[in-house]
Amino acid sequence: MRVELLWWDGCPSYPEALEELRTILREEGHDPDGIESVEIESDEQAERERFPGSPTIRIDGRDAIAPAASDPVGLTCRVYRLRDGRPSPTPDPEDLRDAIRS
Amino acid sequence: MQLGAEPPEFTLPATDGEEHSFPGGDRPTVVVFTCNHCPYALAWHDRIVDTATDYADRVRFLLVNPNNAESHPRDSFDAMRERVEADGGWPVPYLRDEAQEVAREYGAKTTPDVFVFDVGGALRYRGAPDEDHKDPSLHAQWLRVALDAVIAGVEPQLAETQPVGCSVKWK
Repeated sequence: MRVELLWWDGCPSYPEALEELRTILREEGHDPDGIESVEIESDEQAERERFPGSPTIRIDGRDAIAPAASDPVGLTCRVYRLRDGRPSPTPDPEDLRDAIRS
Repeated sequence: MQLGAEPPEFTLPATDGEEHSFPGGDRPTVVVFTCNHCPYALAWHDRIVDTATDYADRVRFLLVNPNNAESHPRDSFDAMRERVEADGGWPVPYLRDEAQEVAREYGAKTTPDVFVFDVGGALRYRGAPDEDHKDPSLHAQWLRVALDAVIAGVEPQLAETQPVGCSVKWK
């Protein structure tokens, strides 16, 4: 399983996202050291990667949490929704776990 | 902006169709730099608005969006109006700092970034609303403690914390 964490340094959520992702991978029996960290540094790179914001987690090339069609591509902070509906800078851990299991 | 300093004056348009100025008035004032697109600002928003409601008879609140709408269209003045309208109105004015001059003069770093001024206009607290954007049970505790101190006419014990959130999106 290929796991990528795409991030932009204008958004402070990267360390938190990485830690949560590592924890879930470990709990699910995967190697947390296998995460590929990809820094998105320019608008051109964001466009090329179809980057919907930081952080974005891809599993085998697919976004673990599908962005809304209206979400813009670019250097921005991504807004996730927790399962109780609250906005969050990182995905709901259980949504991430489901994506890893599927 | 240093603690104890007096704020730069500003007058900015708001989503309510009015222009709002600061300093002014006979109450302590909270200026919060915030925005539409940032998940940290969104996570803390209800706590900030609840605090404004709870202190409405004693404290004035001004929310200011300084972000570059060209790079972040969700922070345009139109998008701000649409958000407030979708919420059925807000109990606090939501101001647009299109030129970003107010944010620069205040030294705003993130959204959110909270500034509390006493009735005399001196900065008494600057930083985050509370310790953790993920925990709504904290109820903007740092902000509330600072307000209680300012209302009582004493120095807040915790006068400065690290603002946490998305960087202000400069032009």
